[in-house]
Amino acid sequence: MSGFPQPLAGRAAPLMIDNVDTDTIIPSREMKTTGRTGLADGLFAPLRYTDADTRTENPDFVLNQPEYRHAQIIAAGANFGSGSSREHAVWALAEWGIRAVIAVGFAPIFHANCLRNGILPITLERSDVAALAGQQVTVDLAAQEIRSASKTHAFAIDPEARLMLAKGLDAIDLTLAQMPDIRAWAAADRQARPWIYPEHTA
Amino acid sequence: MPSTLFDKIWDAHRVAQTPSGAQLIAIDRVFLHERTGAAALGRMAEMGREVFDPARVFAVTDHIVDTRPGRTDATPMPGGEAFITQTRAACRAAGITLFDVDDPAQGIVHVISPELGIVLPGCTLVAPDSHTCTQGAFGALAWGIGSSEAEHAMVTGTLRLQRPRTMRVSFDGALARGVTAKDMALHLIAAHGASGGAGHAVEFAGDAVRALDMEGRMTLCNMATEFGAMAGFIAPDAKAFDWLAGRRFAPASFDGPYWQDLRSDEGARFDQEIQVDAATIAPMVSWGTSPEESLPVDGQVPQGSQRVHDYIGLAPGAQLAGTPVDAAFIGSCTNSRIADLRRAADILRGRRIAPSIRKALVVPGSMAVRRQAEAEGLDKVFTDAGFEWRMSGCSMCFYAGGEGFPEGSRVISSTNRNFPGRQGPGIRTHIASPETVAASAIAGAIADPRDYAPDGSTQAEEAA
Repeated sequence: MSGFPQPLAGRAAPLMIDNVDTDTIIPSREMKTTGRTGLADGLFAPLRYTDADTRTENPDFVLNQPEYRHAQIIAAGANFGSGSSREHAVWALAEWGIRAVIAVGFAPIFHANCLRNGILPITLERSDVAALAGQQVTVDLAAQEIRSASKTHAFAIDPEARLMLAKGLDAIDLTLAQMPDIRAWAAADRQARPWIYPEHTA
Repeated sequence: MPSTLFDKIWDAHRVAQTPSGAQLIAIDRVFLHERTGAAALGRMAEMGREVFDPARVFAVTDHIVDTRPGRTDATPMPGGEAFITQTRAACRAAGITLFDVDDPAQGIVHVISPELGIVLPGCTLVAPDSHTCTQGAFGALAWGIGSSEAEHAMVTGTLRLQRPRTMRVSFDGALARGVTAKDMALHLIAAHGASGGAGHAVEFAGDAVRALDMEGRMTLCNMATEFGAMAGFIAPDAKAFDWLAGRRFAPASFDGPYWQDLRSDEGARFDQEIQVDAATIAPMVSWGTSPEESLPVDGQVPQGSQRVHDYIGLAPGAQLAGTPVDAAFIGSCTNSRIADLRRAADILRGRRIAPSIRKALVVPGSMAVRRQAEAEGLDKVFTDAGFEWRMSGCSMCFYAGGEGFPEGSRVISSTNRNFPGRQGPGIRTHIASPETVAASAIAGAIADPRDYAPDGSTQAEEAA
């Protein structure tokens, strides 16, 4: 996974709808293989196509409009990515080219999935997201701010998430470095809570 | 200092601090399903990584497996068979226990995990499924994750996490007749929003929660994700311990101080508290395209966004009750357990669904639930009433292609989500309790289950 662009600049595609769920971002029927790729074509299928079977585009949908067809940033409403935990929603966004989502709020699993796949989820007040929607913006992860022609907005992100995004780090590799701690903990826990450790049955 | 139940479970599982400030939290159980299991296991194999402790990882075929009798690996979902066969092969290679298509223990992950005693009070359990919070009903910290975190949990036995905030939702008093755990959840979400629990681990407490049977508690915790919460859970009591004791992966008994301490101490502080007067809750039905757009069944559709009114085909001011429905669904990890089926059957017994209902099905949450229901003759009640009686699985809780409701249907559904297209393109879903689904199927229109109740008893009275 590559590090987050420093900085990321572009127009924020406005998708100011609340409760956009992961079925809308990638419908179950668009998840056609067991892998993580081949999903961009089904991204936002219910909104993007008037007929998903023939892939007839809906000209009203924001990502079908020329100025947003290559957008890397989305401005969204509250509870973005709600519903199913399917990481395919984030894989589809990433494959399509999205690198940051500025929203009024995120569903927690979707938020965690973004951070594991190089997409920066930014939470701002509704008025601030609305002000940025459709604007040319610069997302500066190091400075934790978004700059537009009219205003600069600071955003919060936990230090670990910022580091992992910036450097494109793999969480599993980071944790594998701490396996001695984990093995020691599990050995002690096995004594304290033996019922957690079933005999192997597979 | 007094601690919350969340604090106790979290702190007991804290393995280490990471250099960058996150916490490594030990994960006791990982449960996979065939929809995303192959993706997670396949990627792990690709990266040359192995499962830390395969004995604590489980998998099931539930999401896209066929629910018609006589099923095989073939599934109505186009291309679906590959998910099943690849998950099976990957589980075998990794040494993971799989409850396969034909296993007598097969069923929806959140139904069979408790049935098998895989979830235990005080444990941490994750699954790549947002309704994993269901299992918090047993006093576990259980939550949904994505595939990458599933890989992380399997490879390292931990997750890297930031501590969530704590919330307690207290349902004080007693539920009125005909009101269920599903109605409690929809009432809460309607009042506080689909992101009302955002950033929080939510403990459900109060008299009305303690009065629920374990099936009701699972229903309530199931909907915590529709409330935007990381997890929902209930302190375990004798009901929870008795329900689990002696099951396949559970201890024979839960005696001892460890189990008794799994509760929030008197005076423990929560970051947020919500109080609900249980007596004010009515049977609820969703009117829009988010669970937060729900109403008492005798209510009028409020003013919502135009796109929601356009999708659902109900104008502001419309009466919800009496709205004709075309199809009915009883099933899903929310409401497919034996207690749910008994209550729905009580309403359907000796009655027929309306001729205008074009499709009605009951999908038991597990094969064990199915066997129990058949032993009690409930299958006969459902089929006599005009419902199809299925094998267990997630079925049409969501639309995966291949099998769906008739085009343009309005569906009364015991599921958890009414999102646009959730049950198929253009399908209008109204979520409600199983008894409301049963009553509405009889009426051919959204109906108040209290008008169809066989007697005056309530779920709370039965449980008491």
